[in-house]
Amino acid sequence: MLDGIQELLRGLPEPLGYVVWTVAKILAIVLPIMIAVAYLTFAERKVIGYIQVRVGPNRVGPRGWLQPIADGVKLLFKETIVPTNANKFLFIIAPVLTFAPSIAAWAVVPFDDGLVLSNIDAGLLYILAITSVGVYGVIIAGWASNSKYALLGALRSAAQIISYEIAMGFALVGVILAAGSLNLTTIVEGQQGSIFHWYWLPLLPLFLIYFISGVAETNRAPFDVAEGESEIVAGFHVEYSAMTFSVFFLAEYANMILISILTAIMFLGGWLSPFEGIPVLGELFEPVPGIVWLLLKAGFFLFLYLWFRATFPRYRYDQIMRLGWKVFIPITIVWLLVVGAAVVAGIGPWFD
Amino acid sequence: MNKVVRYFKSLLLWELIQGLRLTGKYLFAKKITVQYPDEKTPLSPRFRGLHALRRYPNGEERCIACKLCEAVCPALAITIEAGPREGDGTRRTTRYEIDLFKCIFCGFCEESCPVDSIVETDIFEYHFERRGEQIMDKQKLLAIGDKYEDRIARNRQLDAKYR
Repeated sequence: MLDGIQELLRGLPEPLGYVVWTVAKILAIVLPIMIAVAYLTFAERKVIGYIQVRVGPNRVGPRGWLQPIADGVKLLFKETIVPTNANKFLFIIAPVLTFAPSIAAWAVVPFDDGLVLSNIDAGLLYILAITSVGVYGVIIAGWASNSKYALLGALRSAAQIISYEIAMGFALVGVILAAGSLNLTTIVEGQQGSIFHWYWLPLLPLFLIYFISGVAETNRAPFDVAEGESEIVAGFHVEYSAMTFSVFFLAEYANMILISILTAIMFLGGWLSPFEGIPVLGELFEPVPGIVWLLLKAGFFLFLYLWFRATFPRYRYDQIMRLGWKVFIPITIVWLLVVGAAVVAGIGPWFD
Repeated sequence: MNKVVRYFKSLLLWELIQGLRLTGKYLFAKKITVQYPDEKTPLSPRFRGLHALRRYPNGEERCIACKLCEAVCPALAITIEAGPREGDGTRRTTRYEIDLFKCIFCGFCEESCPVDSIVETDIFEYHFERRGEQIMDKQKLLAIGDKYEDRIARNRQLDAKYR
């Protein structure tokens, strides 16, 4: 069917057909993300409910399955309130600034062998650059709200994201060292072989640090001082309501999914089957499309996000800073040396 | 030595993993939520809900306007006015009102009543739509008593042996 559509588009004048095809591809990525975000909120309420020995939302639709739709419709129809003395332009632009990067980053994510919107060589660099832009939205939102709590939340969030960006960046350097490439597709291909060829094993500390930093980057519990309901109400988005609020919300959850997928790609072999290289099982699961494995792996990390939120109390602010600067960064640097030595020595089965 | 152990324990996230194990166990625990409008928890016969005024089986109202309930009410929610009834001249209430916004549902009125007239039923699902509706006058209280006499009598019966 895809070929048929491409054939049809070839009939259009050259630049137009290309644009239409690209927009279609973008929609094919963005729409599922939006649906995934909606149902991630549902999953979150269900999982946290279950952990607290409750049942979670179950009244809207069969077993509560229409709950996210109801939430969305409610937010859509509520009034957007712009506080007096708020900078109106920045106030409106801030959620967009947070949301756009969290969607844009998906352009280089390979969902399967060759199933990627733009297979650029500097993919990892692009992701680092784009996801860092999101913090501007948070800072601008905190400043434009003209509220003490929002400003405090924005400052905390900015400091936190910038601190953990460094540990995250170093963890990514480890991946780059191991794979010898910034291209995400190449990184996954470098992990081919079996479950023990994936980078989680040689890069175990970096793997853990990357995911924990990812949790901190997305301002999720236990690193949610930026929102900190009990101290500063809702942090940088106290003053936001209705759609402007839900755009922040969408961005946060889209970022969570992105971090989960990236962790799966870089450390758990992306779309590769975990049964690869095992005599019978490997052939049995051969026909399963790679995207299924990728989504399963990402789903596991998303579950971890929810599990963390249901388990851990919030970190104190100085503990967050200590963890980022005095624990994660030294560990990553030491492990980079280890990985570098292993690559030079060509230690198998990863680096030979 | 202790310090070293503690250092490695915190580095390997030992306590965090223990916490995750605990919450993970609860994820699969049996859920105890009662789906309220569909399911209800059992009520004790002593449950103190909406008030009612009862009658004797022959239809005569029990209340003799002794005003003990008015006197004992800690929230001053009960207002009684009394006088001889037209016809037979017996002492009856001319006004008997309970303000449900003041009432704290302590059950003292029921305890103090010498003729088991004022009682608290096990009805707890009721609402008011207009101001003033929270004041339960004699007619309303008697009507509730008439409607739920079976339940009221059964609950008193069940509780009688513990009194």
